[in-house]
Amino acid sequence: MNRGPLIFLGLFFALASSWYGMVLEPQLELGRLVETNSVSAGETYPVPRPGQANQGLQVYRANGCVECHSQQVRPTPADLERWGKRRTVAEDYLYDRPVPLGAQRVGPDLANLALRPRTEAWHLAHLYAPRSVVPGSTMPPYPFLFETRKRGARPSPDALQLPAGFAPPPGWEVVPKPEANALVAYLNSLKADAALFDAPLPLPPRATNAVAGTNAPASATSRQHE
Amino acid sequence: MSALPAPQPALAASAESDASCRVPLLVLFVSAALWLALGSVFSLIASIKFHAPAFLAGNGWLTYGRVLPAGANALLYGFALPAGLGVALWLLARLGRTPLAWPGLVVVAALFWNFGVATGLLGILGGDTTGFAWLEMPRYAWPLLFTAYLGIGVSALLTFYRRRVSGLYVSQWFLLAALFWFPWVYSTANVLLTCVPVRGVVQAAVAWWFANNLGTVCLGFFGLAAIFYFLPKLTGRPLHSLYLAMFAFWTLALFGSWMGVAPGSPLPAWMPAVSTAGAVLCLIPLLAVAVNCGHTLAGETARWKSDTSFAFILFGVAAWTVAGVLGAVTAIPEVSALTHFTWLERAQSQLFVFGFFAMTMFGAVYHIVPRLVPGGALCPKMMRLHFWCAALGTIALVLPLAVGGVVQGLALNQPDTAFTDTMKLTLPYLRVSTLGDLLIAVGNVTLVVNFGYLLGNCCRACCVPAWKAVTTRPPQPAGATP
Repeated sequence: MNRGPLIFLGLFFALASSWYGMVLEPQLELGRLVETNSVSAGETYPVPRPGQANQGLQVYRANGCVECHSQQVRPTPADLERWGKRRTVAEDYLYDRPVPLGAQRVGPDLANLALRPRTEAWHLAHLYAPRSVVPGSTMPPYPFLFETRKRGARPSPDALQLPAGFAPPPGWEVVPKPEANALVAYLNSLKADAALFDAPLPLPPRATNAVAGTNAPASATSRQHE
Repeated sequence: MSALPAPQPALAASAESDASCRVPLLVLFVSAALWLALGSVFSLIASIKFHAPAFLAGNGWLTYGRVLPAGANALLYGFALPAGLGVALWLLARLGRTPLAWPGLVVVAALFWNFGVATGLLGILGGDTTGFAWLEMPRYAWPLLFTAYLGIGVSALLTFYRRRVSGLYVSQWFLLAALFWFPWVYSTANVLLTCVPVRGVVQAAVAWWFANNLGTVCLGFFGLAAIFYFLPKLTGRPLHSLYLAMFAFWTLALFGSWMGVAPGSPLPAWMPAVSTAGAVLCLIPLLAVAVNCGHTLAGETARWKSDTSFAFILFGVAAWTVAGVLGAVTAIPEVSALTHFTWLERAQSQLFVFGFFAMTMFGAVYHIVPRLVPGGALCPKMMRLHFWCAALGTIALVLPLAVGGVVQGLALNQPDTAFTDTMKLTLPYLRVSTLGDLLIAVGNVTLVVNFGYLLGNCCRACCVPAWKAVTTRPPQPAGATP
């Protein structure tokens, strides 16, 4: 059993092959990926996030949001129904650093958060006191992204409107720090809904409109929507 | 047994190698125990937040998203790797019947490593995390760990090179593989993520490749080296089959290194497919190890009642088997659709890192440490308490998370169930698992106290008489001078 060099060569080969397959090959395939044109609209995709949203990604990273929130839609029926119109692909993450794919859904998936009807005020209140807008939420509050200060002669325009039980004592107000605003800008930039060649949007469901019941082919009617 | 050649020189060599290991290994093991205790406190804080989300939330330093990775990193880099390296050094010296090479370098490297871990943990708590699982330590911390590793690695290789026994035992194979694996994957991943960052999802591919290679392969090799040494040692029976162990070695190196990419990930479709194949093929080394251990142990398992080291290692073998089967099953696309992103995955990783690796290391450390200190003895009752806390704690942590994960996955796959309801369904399971975190933390503190007990006794036996000798000497010259 004394074949040191052979053992070393074998190990080197084993690790080198996995390094080639799982590190080098994806880099060769995807490392030089560039923007593409979305299929139907012909717009460039993806577009780099605006500066404030990019800062928000760093707030997202620093506070470990990725520990509870995933940002990927898998091509499974449940994921497509719940989290997005199409699966997420490499293009969706082109400009992210780090790429916060996540490994847990303790909280909701955020790949298409910007498509949900949430206002900026909702996000800010949710970050400051999650239970003020989502009763029973297990998300931790992030009061350190906000400043609680004495109200001046007039309340600040960006002071949070909080329900009773979450509001600061009278004469005080809660104002978002720049980090909170950046984080909300980032959250509002999260969407992966462009129709791409490798991730097309599914056709809208078979329409139940006035045309239904006629003998016209369904594809002819649904094509009018595009 | 009687065929052992020349027992006298072998005993002398053991004593010699133990003496050379004394200071470096005590530094490694004691600091590892301290990080372990600190890490379990972090994990406990994270777990309590599921009872009261506002618990310690006022300050960014202890928010859930920072304290949880800090706990994982303290377990991994504070405890698991230093303990694994310490056990590796001892085994290489013992199996080669040679003293540890360059023990001074190991002491310096171990202190440097601890400095790196402290820097990294402060970085994570302060918000400088990289955001990649198991690679959270920021770019100013990982080079410290890497440099420190090189020091320990050089000593390990020199010790191996200076061996006085020509044949190799399988444990030495596994140790060399682990020592080779870590620097490659650790440097590659950190350089590609923090120094010359790759674009887009390639970052995720690199991070997953690293986490899988560090966990499944590198920790797997360290742990199996200890298992294949200590099971025969503690039972007094030879290893059932050396060839089966070598077979497990090669298959784990070949197949284990390809796992880690979940089905449906936003990467080229062949990557998750290859990963799934790797995970399922990993059942082969899993089976080889289980059969080998089973045959080695035949009829000896009752020994766990009297021998705590053996009990820890037996638990490690069982956890390795269960975690491996879980890992293979959850990599199948149809199962993964249900279990990915749920608490079942956290359960699997806890079972592997703590249930298999840390438990095996506890068994090894409890065997090694009393031999390092002449006349030193650990408190057997505290060892027993540690075993029960750690074993029951692992079960109380992993079982609720696994069941809760399945419940969560089933609920998430019902699109009409509101998301908040899926979360509320898992809450009772998460709250029960806090008990597991608590038991594990108590066990880890017991380990620290036991080390304190050993060092205290040693101090009383050597240092106190020495101190008395120094302090009682003055009267004689005092009487002589006037």
